[in-house]
Amino acid sequence: MQAIMEKRAIELLENGTVDRVLGWSAGEFPYDMTPAVFESVEELQNNFVYNDFCGANLSKYLIKESRKGGKILVFLKPCDTYSFNQLLAEHRVLRENVYVIGIECFGKVDVEKLKAMGLSGITGIIAKNGVYTVETVYGSKEVKMADAMAERCLSCKSKKHVVYDELIGEEGEVVDDCDRFDMVEKLEAMSPDERFAFWRGELSRCIRCNACRNVCPACTCEHCVFDNPNSGIAQKAAVNSFEENMFHIIRAFHVAGRCTDCGECSRVCPQNIPLHLLNRKFIKDMNEFYGEYQAGEDPNAKPPLGTFQTGDREA
Amino acid sequence: MEETLIPYAGIVTKITEQTPDVKTFRVEAPNGGKLFEHEPGQCAMLSVPGISEAMISITSSPTNKDFMEFSIKKCGCLTDWLHSMEEGQMITVRGPYGRPFPVDGALAGKNLVFVAGGIGLAPLRSVINYVRDNRDKYGRVDIIYGSRSKEDLVGYDEIVSEWMNTPDFHVHLTIDREQAGWDGHVGFVPNYIAELNLSAVNTCALVCGPPIMIKFSLPNLTNAGFDKTQIFTTMELRMKCGIGKCGRCNIGNKYVCKDGPVFRFDELDALPDEY
Amino acid sequence: MKKLTNLNAFFAAIAAKQALYLPVDNAVGKAEYKKWQEGTVMSDALNTARSAKDFFFPQTENLMEFKMEGKRIDVIDTREACEDFVIFGVRACDAASFDILDRVYLVDPVDSYYKNRREHGTVVTLACSRPAETCFCGTFGIDAADPKGDVTAWKVEDGYVLRANTEKGEALLASVSDLLTDTDDTAVKAEQEKLRAIMEKLPLANLTTDGVGEGLTKELFDRPEWAALSESCIGCGTCTFVCPTCQCYDIRDFDTGHGIKRFRCWDSCMYSDFTKMAHGNPRVSQLERFRQRFMHKLVYFPDNNDGIFGCVGCGRCLASCPISMNIVKVMKTLAKGGNQ
Repeated sequence: MQAIMEKRAIELLENGTVDRVLGWSAGEFPYDMTPAVFESVEELQNNFVYNDFCGANLSKYLIKESRKGGKILVFLKPCDTYSFNQLLAEHRVLRENVYVIGIECFGKVDVEKLKAMGLSGITGIIAKNGVYTVETVYGSKEVKMADAMAERCLSCKSKKHVVYDELIGEEGEVVDDCDRFDMVEKLEAMSPDERFAFWRGELSRCIRCNACRNVCPACTCEHCVFDNPNSGIAQKAAVNSFEENMFHIIRAFHVAGRCTDCGECSRVCPQNIPLHLLNRKFIKDMNEFYGEYQAGEDPNAKPPLGTFQTGDREA
Repeated sequence: MEETLIPYAGIVTKITEQTPDVKTFRVEAPNGGKLFEHEPGQCAMLSVPGISEAMISITSSPTNKDFMEFSIKKCGCLTDWLHSMEEGQMITVRGPYGRPFPVDGALAGKNLVFVAGGIGLAPLRSVINYVRDNRDKYGRVDIIYGSRSKEDLVGYDEIVSEWMNTPDFHVHLTIDREQAGWDGHVGFVPNYIAELNLSAVNTCALVCGPPIMIKFSLPNLTNAGFDKTQIFTTMELRMKCGIGKCGRCNIGNKYVCKDGPVFRFDELDALPDEY
Repeated sequence: MKKLTNLNAFFAAIAAKQALYLPVDNAVGKAEYKKWQEGTVMSDALNTARSAKDFFFPQTENLMEFKMEGKRIDVIDTREACEDFVIFGVRACDAASFDILDRVYLVDPVDSYYKNRREHGTVVTLACSRPAETCFCGTFGIDAADPKGDVTAWKVEDGYVLRANTEKGEALLASVSDLLTDTDDTAVKAEQEKLRAIMEKLPLANLTTDGVGEGLTKELFDRPEWAALSESCIGCGTCTFVCPTCQCYDIRDFDTGHGIKRFRCWDSCMYSDFTKMAHGNPRVSQLERFRQRFMHKLVYFPDNNDGIFGCVGCGRCLASCPISMNIVKVMKTLAKGGNQ
């Protein structure tokens, strides 16, 4: 896959279709790829990588990158294309300056899952026939790919690209029985006290690093309310933990109806808070109240929270 | 020494409107006198609890034994609040912070040239009045001070009635544009420096004002023969602690709150261009 | 050196006299420091997700309060005497980070809040036995096999070996002397040898500080590589908040309804408003903010602290950066180019 992508990127760079390429560059370890912009064939040849550890959703970078002049090629996984579409709907990305190559995806690895299996001192990871051979300074171990897959990929909602200029690999389908609301249903079945305790426990670990906000493709305000000293809620860390929890709740409200459930918030959380569950609760509620709606699926669709019908449910 | 970050409460006993957007606030301890002693060029953290806290230069001279004064331009959340308050209101003050102008070191016995623009006179006023009160310790004094208009000259009355009547004090005022009722110099401060034929011999220059004024004044001082080691300025960056720990006012390896705010120009040259 | 075989009895004896904190696995399987009580099981994890700096420099702390009445303001010092506490299981990297924090907070003028906690805390370090690929403490001269602290502990086959390094450490061990027996350093030496052999095989074993350090501001500040390094930084504070040596803070006021509470909280130079003033911002883009963080650790801090780097190689930022950019990549990139 990496070789095909690199070859195509070089072609498009050389024939002048694009001026820059947004992809991933190699890391120190087998799993720590960094999103990077490549401006030359040499850079691509030296540093471009694509593998099962390239989980980052690159669509948000296009807000900035599509305004730098020239055309940029971006590689988007199916779930990333929903974010891209949503950004288009919100007029945040200049479509004409972006060349989208959709890439097929069978799920990405969460390296934390490997580490949780006791794998430490990782020096190499080789993928073959659905199995990763993880080499460490303490010996090697085989792990089934499915056991290392990121949580969000286990309940993948769609293997279909909703927008692209060209595709590499096979196009997939929307996954109707993705079970992504299972945990939300479990939370709904809890008593209010249990649910309150669940969230207080999870959110108590928050270190207010803002990674969830900054990575979120739906969080694109030029000036965030939490950065506005006059908003009354602008604190890096609040005086008490209850205030602190409000950050996540307010943020979930703000992205409701626009969140495509890309799962970046939970991926980046250094404290492993399952933030995506807040968003999924909103998605599930909106589906039930106003009919099925998938943000980012169709940039021209009327968002349920942006339209009013006389039959709308009040709460 | 230990720092608690806990301020004193002081009473604003007098508010003087200096220009349309600059007021001078006199602060005294609740039972009279000064909250603490300071040296010329040092700053204090002023705050209105619940609004915010900010670093402000102490504009009064340490030779003033009864009170401290702060000349403050209205330009943000705390300063807006200060500008709307009445006399008798308490505020909080902690300090003094920072490295002062070397009035007993490099400046002692020298001729002095003060170059200021707008509110930039505030930190220099502390030095100027210190020099007036220790007149025999310094030589000739030239003050070049400019503002947008006559109304924007901070402390105009004091300049005319006190400074202009001090022996061997030469005050050169200028405003940006012609204006009715002004028969003095018109033009920008850097150009005025060039016109004045200043002597750099046994002289130090103290410069404070908007970055653009400082930028263009420097070559004109150099042309007049000033070496960078003879020129001092005072810097302003965002600060929270005032003691070199909160980590935001650094320029390279120097903290403006602790290593500054007063810097010699050759010292600034050694720092990265990030201010 | 002292030998300890009953760890639980040791914990119970310490906890009977003062608060004892140690790494415990949390709900998501990561270690975090928790107060010991009967039944608490120490985590096997290499290190805690958050660093140990919280003990001395907590994420938020109240500094003072103000009573506001009409034009009157009363300043209330709300500081309380800190009670003695013990932290067990601090790794060499985090123990070294305390020295770095001390160089900020205990130099004149001394931060009284930090000093208060530092004086009342006793640090028991634990030598590493299973370092990760993200570890590079050795780059900064830190020995994972012989950590600092008031007491150093090594896990050996049939228990723990303890060594007091300071008066505070002596006092702690004396207070539980009935649980300890005298021993020599044979078992410790064997463990140290094992660990050092592993350390040599780690991927970052050969990382050096070549190309960074004291006195290199002019050489490094304008390096063109900063642009590419910072390009995909999302400007969050993850690296700064998991970092054991990041010590920048903000001071903020909070209206409680009955008065104003002034508190301080961790801040991050990666945040866009860190240096923002009413009339502008000297660090306009993420490039300047990103550069500041690394220049501070790799040049400015060494400049002001006898060449000591502001990084201890704990590897937390390597493991948690959302885009996998980190100090190792920065160091290697800066070492590659330039005039070396």
